[in-house]
Amino acid sequence: MHIVVCAKDILDPEIPPDKFKIDPDARRLIPPKGIAPVMNPYDERAVELALRLKEKYGGKITVLTLGSPVPVRVVKHALSMGADEGVVLADQEFEGSDSFGTGYILTRAIQKIGNYDLILCGRQAADWDEGLVGSIIAQNLSLPLVTLIKAIEVIEGRLKVNRVTLDGYQIFSVPMPAIATVSNEVGRPRLPGGWGIISAARKQVPIWSGRDIDADPSQIGAGAARRKLAKLFIPERKSQCEVLQGETAAEAAIKLAERLRESGVI
Amino acid sequence: MEFDREILVLGEVADGKMTTTTRELLSMGRKLGDDLHQPLNALVIGKELQEVGKEAILLGADKVYSIDSASFSEFHPDYYTAIMAKVCQQIVPSIILLGQTDIGRDVAPRLAAKLSIPVTLDCTELNIDPGTKQILQTKPVYGGNAMAIWVTESNEPQIVTMRPRSVMMDEPDPSRKGEIIAFSATIDDSMMKIKLLETVKEEVKGIRLEEAKVIVAGGGGIGGTDGFKLLEELAKVLGGTIGVSRVPCDEGWMSVNLEIGQTGHIVSPDLYVAVGISGAMQHMAGCAGSKAIVAINKDPEAHIFKEADFGVVGDYRDVLPALISKLKEFT
Repeated sequence: MHIVVCAKDILDPEIPPDKFKIDPDARRLIPPKGIAPVMNPYDERAVELALRLKEKYGGKITVLTLGSPVPVRVVKHALSMGADEGVVLADQEFEGSDSFGTGYILTRAIQKIGNYDLILCGRQAADWDEGLVGSIIAQNLSLPLVTLIKAIEVIEGRLKVNRVTLDGYQIFSVPMPAIATVSNEVGRPRLPGGWGIISAARKQVPIWSGRDIDADPSQIGAGAARRKLAKLFIPERKSQCEVLQGETAAEAAIKLAERLRESGVI
Repeated sequence: MEFDREILVLGEVADGKMTTTTRELLSMGRKLGDDLHQPLNALVIGKELQEVGKEAILLGADKVYSIDSASFSEFHPDYYTAIMAKVCQQIVPSIILLGQTDIGRDVAPRLAAKLSIPVTLDCTELNIDPGTKQILQTKPVYGGNAMAIWVTESNEPQIVTMRPRSVMMDEPDPSRKGEIIAFSATIDDSMMKIKLLETVKEEVKGIRLEEAKVIVAGGGGIGGTDGFKLLEELAKVLGGTIGVSRVPCDEGWMSVNLEIGQTGHIVSPDLYVAVGISGAMQHMAGCAGSKAIVAINKDPEAHIFKEADFGVVGDYRDVLPALISKLKEFT
């Protein structure tokens, strides 16, 4: 079974919100100093699910990433978790691509990689919080798609896939090749082991440009984007925290109970 | 040719009734329609839709396209997408509105990809630019730590999903008149790429976090499984339930199923008590919708105090017993 996983890096969501800054004029994030980007947590779960499938059914995992500056680290992280191969897509022409452009670039790369049985993406990226690219790749490649999945089994050559819903799940039977977007219900991704890190460091990761995937320039970059970002801002933080004081913590706690009651919270 | 266009809402029906999110969409769509001088129409899929259709009209729809389909009473992504695509061949919507629900978040991207038209997911606000008449689509990004306003400049149809409970719902207007149109659509089998085997509803023990009025959540500061007993006691007194931040899951103190945060449950209780939680971006993304936040933390510099309404600086082992016994006096 050959699984292609699409992954990207984002601002580390574990930082405290006051380190999160944006440039309203340029309408973009100001990367905090000294904090390295990390793999989008939903994509990390897609890698985890791919690894579980490989352990059960055998096969190969190829990780694909797109970004700027050249995000080799994302691929290395997946390789150190246990993925087999990786490809980085990087080209100035890719910059400013929207989800359609990104979906197109990934589609071209997946076609070049070829021979896939399953494509996995994270359900959304934890930066722009959309969840469009998987559906666009599915359309481009005319593949069956299941979104928000938490489990996959292979049964008689077809996939049995569980899709998360608000109060349960749906079970679908899907022919291969197929594409799925992976939800957080998959569970924690594994940590890379020592051997994984060493072997990942040794692996060569090819970097493909627009020319390498024969990308049509009219489909990519800011010029092809369907939407414009008119404004990006940090909403005003609502609260002035009323910190209750007391001789002891217990005394402060009693005041807290009283204040919660007075203010109608309880 | 503005008058040729219309606003289309994908209505959702559950147990024979229109969902709250659909009512919200109709209320909002009606205002947009009035502002843009466009009719508001709704599409409903399911069985025995007569009552739902009438209700959609009272809530603001001018026309209801009703697709009575007993064979797809349960949501099937390919079927819904195929139907929507068919409808969009026959009418020319300016905006297609869906809820950011199990159905909308799945169908909207598929339809956008199929028709190759722009889409914005999970908006909390739609406004019309008074000058250009373009739709300004406001949505939370970075887990709600920032807001983005997107604009589509072309004249092509655009798809928007709205976050549930982000717009006000109007009362039905019994004087409203409209038309229910039975729409028949035969779907080519080749469009059905995946097969629905089963829809499973899971029973949850106790209170579902998304529906809880009060949540007492613990973080790394709790130090181990035992400490959560105090939190459970507090939750019981407040009639609430327990949640956790990332650390207790990673450390194996508590179940991952209780995690609140960007990749866990996104909650909006009336009261959120954060105990021993520092307040990382991904955690706040899960709880920032709470009406009131109480922070209890040893560290006065913890970020959580910047987002909380009330706080106590101190060790939870000292704070919680006193808080619990005082709260018990009230009941």
